[in-house]
Amino acid sequence: MKWETVIGLEVHTQLATQSKIFSGSSTAFGASPNTQASAVDIALPGVLPVLNKGAVECAIKFALAIGATLNRINVFDRKNYFYPDLPKGYQISQLAKPIVEGGVLTFLVGDTERTVNLTRAHLEEDAGKSLHEDFHGMTGIDLNRAGTPLLEIVSEPEIRSSAEAVAYARALHTLVTWIGICDGNMQEGSFRVDANVSVRPVGQAEFGTRREIKNLNSFKFLQQAIDYEVRWQIETLEDGGRIEQATVLFDPDTGETRMMRSKEDAHDYRYFPDPDLLPVKLDEDWIESVRNALPELPAAMQLRFQSEYSVSAYDAGLLTGSRALAEYFEAAACACGQGKLVANWVMGELSATLNKAELDITQSPVSARQLGALVARIQDGTLSGKLAKLVFEGLWEGAGEVDAIIEARGLKQMSDSGELEKIIDDVLASNQKSVEEFHSGKEKAFNALIGQVMKASKGKANPAQVNDLLKAKLQ
Amino acid sequence: MSDASLNALAAQLAAKQVSSRELAQQYLDRITALNPSLNAFITVDADKTLAEAATADARIAAGRAGPLTGVPIAHKDIFCTDGWLTTCGSKMLHNFVAPYDAHVIQRFKAAGMPSLGKTNMDEFAMGSSNETSYFGAVKNPWNTAYVPGGSSGGAAACVAARLAPAATGTDTGGSIRQPAALCGITGLKPTYGLVSRFGMIAFASSLDQAGPMAPSAEDCALLLNVMTGFDPNDSTSLERDKEDYTRDLEQPLTGLRIGLPREFFAEGLNNEVAASVEAAVTELKKLGATTIEISLANSQLAIPVYYVLAPAEASSNLSRFDGVRYGYRAPEYTNLDDMYCKTRAQGFGAEVKRRILIGAYVLSHGYYDAYYLQAQKIRRLIANDFTEAFKSCDVILGPTAPGTAFKLGEKSDNPVEMYLNDLYTIPANLAGLPGMSLPCGFDSQGLPIGLQLVGNYFSEAKMLNVAHQYQRATDWHARVPEGLK
Amino acid sequence: MSLSPDDVKRIARLARIEIDDSQALASQSQLNTIFDLIATMQAVDTQGIAPMAHAQEVTQRLRADSVTETDHHAAFQAIAPAVENGLYLVPKVIE
Repeated sequence: MKWETVIGLEVHTQLATQSKIFSGSSTAFGASPNTQASAVDIALPGVLPVLNKGAVECAIKFALAIGATLNRINVFDRKNYFYPDLPKGYQISQLAKPIVEGGVLTFLVGDTERTVNLTRAHLEEDAGKSLHEDFHGMTGIDLNRAGTPLLEIVSEPEIRSSAEAVAYARALHTLVTWIGICDGNMQEGSFRVDANVSVRPVGQAEFGTRREIKNLNSFKFLQQAIDYEVRWQIETLEDGGRIEQATVLFDPDTGETRMMRSKEDAHDYRYFPDPDLLPVKLDEDWIESVRNALPELPAAMQLRFQSEYSVSAYDAGLLTGSRALAEYFEAAACACGQGKLVANWVMGELSATLNKAELDITQSPVSARQLGALVARIQDGTLSGKLAKLVFEGLWEGAGEVDAIIEARGLKQMSDSGELEKIIDDVLASNQKSVEEFHSGKEKAFNALIGQVMKASKGKANPAQVNDLLKAKLQ
Repeated sequence: MSDASLNALAAQLAAKQVSSRELAQQYLDRITALNPSLNAFITVDADKTLAEAATADARIAAGRAGPLTGVPIAHKDIFCTDGWLTTCGSKMLHNFVAPYDAHVIQRFKAAGMPSLGKTNMDEFAMGSSNETSYFGAVKNPWNTAYVPGGSSGGAAACVAARLAPAATGTDTGGSIRQPAALCGITGLKPTYGLVSRFGMIAFASSLDQAGPMAPSAEDCALLLNVMTGFDPNDSTSLERDKEDYTRDLEQPLTGLRIGLPREFFAEGLNNEVAASVEAAVTELKKLGATTIEISLANSQLAIPVYYVLAPAEASSNLSRFDGVRYGYRAPEYTNLDDMYCKTRAQGFGAEVKRRILIGAYVLSHGYYDAYYLQAQKIRRLIANDFTEAFKSCDVILGPTAPGTAFKLGEKSDNPVEMYLNDLYTIPANLAGLPGMSLPCGFDSQGLPIGLQLVGNYFSEAKMLNVAHQYQRATDWHARVPEGLK
Repeated sequence: MSLSPDDVKRIARLARIEIDDSQALASQSQLNTIFDLIATMQAVDTQGIAPMAHAQEVTQRLRADSVTETDHHAAFQAIAPAVENGLYLVPKVIE
């Protein structure tokens, strides 16, 4: 039987606010345990929540970025359950009237464009952390994270493979960091993915029973967990078994998912509107001012890059992988007016060198202006591609500006055709065999001659010029 | 001293006839003598009280005194008070020394009013007789075989016995007004949102409101001036201009339109209470008021609605008492879940557990619409009735409670009969309206009778005006139990 | 409508309150008298009535996003049942 995979993702993004969603505690990562847990965060008797405007603004930005509906009146509810990292015994979340509904995310899976509809996105508070190192058989509770604002972003179950799931999650990650509502740090838990996975025979209309994989904090784990889960579900069904609705955890060490709780243990959360918080009203002026302050979004920028800089759709997708990268590209492209060439450099030499050094684009020792200047020197014929790489090395090492490096290292491409003609004559004289071969119809021989000329010029010859002159001489 | 009004005490302090320390010491002596038979206080700490009084004296000496600086007050043990044991009447918090001050406490501290201690109350404010307190029942000063009402029973008893010139209380379904009535004092529950709930241990968040309890309406007006005001830490606190609640006290009542809800004078009302309330109406008419019969038809559903909404909110509000960060933790348990279940089974009393179960049930899967949502809809119908009624009257008048104080133990095995005590007080909480109780007589057993005024939103000054004019014409509020003078 | 002892145990479980069979039975009868009282509101036609969640028709005030709290963990943990190295201790949590 052929099976179809059905996936819906719920992504918890920690919002990049200074303070918590309902208290004035800092949200900074890594503080000593419970030093950023105020009376409100530890739920002392009598304390009350007051909503952070910054968190609401993040949700507005997100809604505008995905073309979603912003609920002008939205409501906070209490989700009741007992857990030691949940100090109040309830999580403040949004159930019936979330701040964001609908919206779409468009992204590439390989070369194919995919669009996934979003169900909703709602504001809620994060829980604290349970530390399972042994305290005489006890667990330690750190409430520094309790109350950190989250935007939970829920997709429709429209994703059909782990590759699509990863592409969706990456696109979402790019977007939330792009608009500055999340720092995107997955190691620190700023962007955590839950995957609802089910399978059904191809052609069947109704969904299979789903299992939810909780808390995946890397794209690799997302892919591995889904692949394992899908295989497991198909094998179970093909062996005549049934899938029970359940919540499972992914173990990166074994690459397997394991049951956390079954449907029978599922909580009865007893949601009801939080009486301590009033309905949140979003006025039009606020929404408009947020809209006006939004940066150009990746999708729009991709189209513009294609038309303004003649880069391919695929390249435009890569160049808008992050806002910093896109801004770098555009600054370099503007500096020299050579978008296509800059794109090749950014995605080629620059990316490779950054990767090797484990740096990201914001840490690049070569500035966008410098890369632009380098490309300008290629364009005006001063540098060959080969020489340009040497100049790039100089820039990376901090040896100065492009022209200074060219000067200091004598990397200028030969522009004097007299000098070049002399070299060519020498090469033709000492490579009679190749000349004969060329005349007898062997095209390869021509390339060998060009190579010899370039070598003799120590790479400074302009390849196009060599090509022309050599052709003329061999006529 | 024991009969002095807040204004009189403030005048004595200003005239240096008495110091705040001396005044506090006089009340502390009275507490030492009388509290053992009343059990109105959970915590008394003379050193702390006298230190606060000394600070007040320094303020007075420096000429920085406010209107009530140096006048002591007792606080319901529901208000978190920095450095003071704050139990909420529960074993769950029997060891909880609050690390911060409630907004209300901050305001009284800023006003320079020393605290005489923390008053007894029904556990987590759930009760109408003060018998659910982990620290034992409070006795009614008029007859110690009788309950003082609840949940602010300690506050009402201590004011009635003049163990304090005034006290703070809180009111979720009548917890200021009903004990005020049963103890023969004046108590006011303000419009929801006027007094910050920050630091006041939550029972039912959408209904809870703190207010003053004192012998007279004039005292309550002065205390309300201290207690009310915007607090950014409470999202439901209202941003309004500060009012002087004493401003209209001396206005004549000529032309006042009093609404008499026919449902409040119907079946279930004790005859003696009815007679006293009717006599009070006659008195108010003499002062120039007119009456009009009104209907609050949906108020008859107030008790069922309340016993869905309040337990629902409470069941969630009380989830934080889990033995992890403060308060009681069961001494023995086998695992985390067992620790939760034992801590909560042992830390909460029977009535609190009952209400948590009701709340958990009405919110649980499949029942929400039939109970919680239906109750919220009827809540609106009840509020709408008041809106309609206030088109034809300025203030609504009726009995505070269907009867006078009952005997200790008389209703403790019958929750429903206990709940019916709040029949007339709950509607104002559901609507968020201000309500107050003031003494209007005694029954044949010498137990006090209270009448209730319910005003439109933010009409506290008008209600206090009506109550003050009535109290100028009568002396019910000035009476003190025999033997306690 | 009436609650069974099993219903009582189920909600006690939700509320994390230990309850034995005899307590469940005793609670059951008391709870049922209360639910009989509550049931009187079921007869009311509330079609088209908006539920009233708050006493005032106002909307949420928003706090500026700034850090206003300082570290008080020492004072807060002085009243905690069990702490070590700044952490609250609970019986082992098994996931």
